[in-house]
Amino acid sequence: MKFSESWLRTLVDTTLSSEELSHLLTMAGLEVEGLEPVAPQFNDVVVARVLEVVKHPDADRLNVCKVDTGRGEPATIVCGAPNVAVGLHVPCALPGARLPGGFIIKIAKVRGIESSGMLCSAKELGIAEEASGLLVLPEDAPVGQSIREYLDLDDNQFELKLTPNRADCLSLAGVAREVAAIAGASVKPIEVPEVAATIGNQRPVVLDAPAACPLYYGRVIKGVDAKAPTPAWMVRRLERSGIRSISALVDVTNYVMLELGQPLHAFDNTKLEGAVHARMAKADEKLLLLNEQTIAIDDDVLMIADNVKPLAMAGIMGGEESGITLETSELFLESAFFAPKAIAGRARRYGFGSDASHRFERGVDFGGTRRAMERATQLILEICGGEAGPVVEARAEMPPRNQVRLRGARAARVLGMAISADQIAKLFSGLGLPYSREGDDFLVTPPSWRFDIEIEEDLIEEIARLHGYDNIPAPAPRGNLKMMVQPEAQRPQARIRQMLVDRGYQEVVNFAFVEEAWEVDFSANTNPIRLANPIASQMAVMRSTLFGGLISNLVTNLRRKQTRVRLFEVGRTFHRTEQGTPVAGFRQPWKLAALAYGGALPESWGSGARKVDFYDVKGDLEALLAPATLRFEKLAHPALHPGRSARILLAGREIGVIGELHPEWVQKYDLPQPPLLFEVDFNAVKAAAVPVYSEVSKFPPVVRDLAIVVDHGLELQTLLEGLKDHLPLLVQDIQLFDVYVGKGVPENKKSLAFRIVMQDTQRTLQDAEVDLAMQQLISCLEQEFAAQLRA
Amino acid sequence: MDNLDQIVSEAQAAFAAISDPDALEQVKARFLGKSGQITELLKGLGKLPPDEKKTAGAAINVAKSAVEAALIERREAIRKAALEARLAEEALDVTLPGRAEARGGLHPVTRTLERIESLFRSIGFEVADGPEIEEDFFNFTAMNTPEDHPARSMHDTFYLQNPDGTIADKVLLRTHTSPIQARYMKAHVASYGQLENMPEIRIIAPGRVYRVDSDATHSPMFNQVEGLWVGEGVSFADLKGVIADFLKSFFETDELKVRFRPSFFPFTEPSAEIDVAFMSGPLEGRWLEIAGCGMVHPDVLRIAGIDPEKYTGFAFGFGQDRLTMLRYGVNDLRLFFEGDLRFLRQFA
Repeated sequence: MKFSESWLRTLVDTTLSSEELSHLLTMAGLEVEGLEPVAPQFNDVVVARVLEVVKHPDADRLNVCKVDTGRGEPATIVCGAPNVAVGLHVPCALPGARLPGGFIIKIAKVRGIESSGMLCSAKELGIAEEASGLLVLPEDAPVGQSIREYLDLDDNQFELKLTPNRADCLSLAGVAREVAAIAGASVKPIEVPEVAATIGNQRPVVLDAPAACPLYYGRVIKGVDAKAPTPAWMVRRLERSGIRSISALVDVTNYVMLELGQPLHAFDNTKLEGAVHARMAKADEKLLLLNEQTIAIDDDVLMIADNVKPLAMAGIMGGEESGITLETSELFLESAFFAPKAIAGRARRYGFGSDASHRFERGVDFGGTRRAMERATQLILEICGGEAGPVVEARAEMPPRNQVRLRGARAARVLGMAISADQIAKLFSGLGLPYSREGDDFLVTPPSWRFDIEIEEDLIEEIARLHGYDNIPAPAPRGNLKMMVQPEAQRPQARIRQMLVDRGYQEVVNFAFVEEAWEVDFSANTNPIRLANPIASQMAVMRSTLFGGLISNLVTNLRRKQTRVRLFEVGRTFHRTEQGTPVAGFRQPWKLAALAYGGALPESWGSGARKVDFYDVKGDLEALLAPATLRFEKLAHPALHPGRSARILLAGREIGVIGELHPEWVQKYDLPQPPLLFEVDFNAVKAAAVPVYSEVSKFPPVVRDLAIVVDHGLELQTLLEGLKDHLPLLVQDIQLFDVYVGKGVPENKKSLAFRIVMQDTQRTLQDAEVDLAMQQLISCLEQEFAAQLRA
Repeated sequence: MDNLDQIVSEAQAAFAAISDPDALEQVKARFLGKSGQITELLKGLGKLPPDEKKTAGAAINVAKSAVEAALIERREAIRKAALEARLAEEALDVTLPGRAEARGGLHPVTRTLERIESLFRSIGFEVADGPEIEEDFFNFTAMNTPEDHPARSMHDTFYLQNPDGTIADKVLLRTHTSPIQARYMKAHVASYGQLENMPEIRIIAPGRVYRVDSDATHSPMFNQVEGLWVGEGVSFADLKGVIADFLKSFFETDELKVRFRPSFFPFTEPSAEIDVAFMSGPLEGRWLEIAGCGMVHPDVLRIAGIDPEKYTGFAFGFGQDRLTMLRYGVNDLRLFFEGDLRFLRQFA
């Protein structure tokens, strides 16, 4: 909420400076978001009257003016403004004046004629962005008065960021009340006499939905001049509250809303037929609103209607047809209380809001409804003339004001500090909260302007706020010391991330919503989880793989001339499922994905230029999961090259995929070289067995090498797993140390060289048994895999 | 026996002239070999009378030792010279860069998260996790924010479509990590609720959250870390103490002003915003909003099945990205989510 500081100061008696006031409000929970002077600094600018205008003899566009500045002899001023004319009251900068931007006015010759001052536009005074000529002042502007004084420019605009619970501060009177409470100052009351009826016209009011609208005042005012100008002081206060002046009648309703917090509505009384009803919307009801939207209204929306038609969405927005215009001479003025629950969320549902709905849905002081009616009547009669009829009141049961009990001990326990009952009593009195006491307990009746006092904590908050959060101690935390669970069979996330970092990968964080095309390309997912309200089409669906983000990161970085890229991300992917836990219908597993592109090693004088390949990245993945052993099986995956990709199995369970990006996507995403990728379940990576000791042999191992030739298509894993059941007991380890294809090996064959490690924990092995074991191994290879020993 | 002295000096001169180890051994033979000069002299001893034999023998042996010493010295000198030659030959340009693998780096937000986690762990806070597609119930209702509550307009929430294109009304993308707290409290009560004295809840809840908002200071996805401490006699003063301790530890400075300012959240009461001001650096003296916090609203405890008369608690929520920006002086939130290596590598 924005408002003029000088307006506020007319309502509360305080000597605090602007900055002190700002700090106090902020620290009381009314955050001051802005505090700006309404005009920049300047001086020696006064109200002047133009007495004479004569064309400049030597310049077409200039005039030579005689001006009364209220300082004896008229001054001669050369002026280039197109709207200068005899009789106008305008601001005049006197010699010696310093204007915004540091421009200093001197007596000087302008095309040969001495000019002793400058007539000013609003822009030149820094109070408007644009101006087309001199700022024309009303005829009654007193000649010679400082313009700062005349336009009340030594004022600041405050902007408060109010929390939704503090609707009581959505008015100047409310802020004044709060300032009085927190600064110990006194409120200067606004005198609002009841305006006696001078005519008998009235319109009956019927409360058809008394829970939603329990209080309604209506009054007919006849003979108003809707074209009467709004007084300058009112325009100023509205503008400094961020509300544009529209017409006197509209301005008055806005003014009273700002002043007292009560939104009002003025209907053209001649458009109304019969009684005024506050009722729920009927089925299929439609209304053309003041914002020129026609909307179909749901039946849980409260309406103001007459006997035949809807007139307004109560407390939200009036209807176009029954609204006032500059031709209106007969008003029906409404001041009512609409229950917050009946207004809340309705405007938002139709995609708009208003100052009125903002206040009603948070709660408007129902103790001031009548007063606002009288205040508005008073101002309308003053400004637009006319005669007022009697106020018609319709009243049902008002919202209950339940007493709230505050226990002194509870307050002390929640706040963590001792606070005496007398202190509490003083704070409550300052806020105007009526209470009675039972020992250290307080029974508080919330006033009609407070909708945020329903439970004990609400009162504890008031105590804390007024006592000052700064004055609550901040002791060192204390708690019971109990060791935390640290499962050894789970590696900390940080460690896993660190392992990838140590292997050269840079972590990234990508959005969880992605382009729909990525889902198709990298998951073959044509029915992704779509957002109902995405902010952009490239962030429209939830990702089911982290690949898209990584590839997009790669593209970004290649564009920025990076040549070697290693990336990883840890994040959730999202999938529909029949069951799903903890949220039914969705699986949201944590995944770890990585991408490698460019050289196998960073380009350097000492490393070859080999490009990263499948086995580099496979090595990274194996290192990450070590000492667990993984199985790899070829697979068809939409994102990956069919001959260079595998599913990853850990203890028989699939935990992810690895491979080279499919050539189709390499081309589509314009990549000079294919990146390698893997994605695994993060929880699987976290799992780590607690070590179990096994005996270390004291006897030397025997190592034999063995080279065989097998079919080119035979996978190593098949061979090793096939051997497993036939392996002599002595064999501890089989390491592949060479793979060879080429000269000396027949076509469609390959040579594999193994190092066989044999050992016994109890004794030294004899040559004969080693030979036997090797023989068993060889015959198994020959029989199972048609292997031939290589010479 | 001038002859002996002459042999010795002859041998010394002969050894010194040689720098090849094999040649040295050949020259050695001239003096100490089977028919070398010294050996011959020793052989000749037998012909001498017994009284001379002793003296002459001693003199020859002195000469022999001298020749041997000269030989050993020369051998060593040759070996050393050879070694030095090899070392000179093997010298490297030690200023060439090492052949190390490149090292990656953590995302700056992860870096700070790890710090935050470990700071809170050190005072007994566990790390809790929860789903990002969340039930409306846990995100709002359990946080005392029923439908049509004006506070819901504070979050612009992302909703999902059902497979048939209609809007799913029971789920959303979580707007804060508070639902993790709600779920944790519920599970805690299920495990310990029947006990006379329920163990304390001390958790932090970090994670990605989503709001319909995008500009230089807002990202539609961002990171939050919330915290919760529920127990008997946990107070607002404790909240202030924990937060002050945390901020000073996180920024590793006492040159930091912290203030608590009344605010409003549906799930806490009393509620506060936390502002910090640094006493030096580019942001010196400016109050910066850094977190929201407060005493857990009794309705939130009640919904979780905790008796608010017996237990009280506090909760807080930091914008983790904001903490990260302040810690490292980053001035544009969007940099965190662009994956630009030139930016990210600065945090390696």
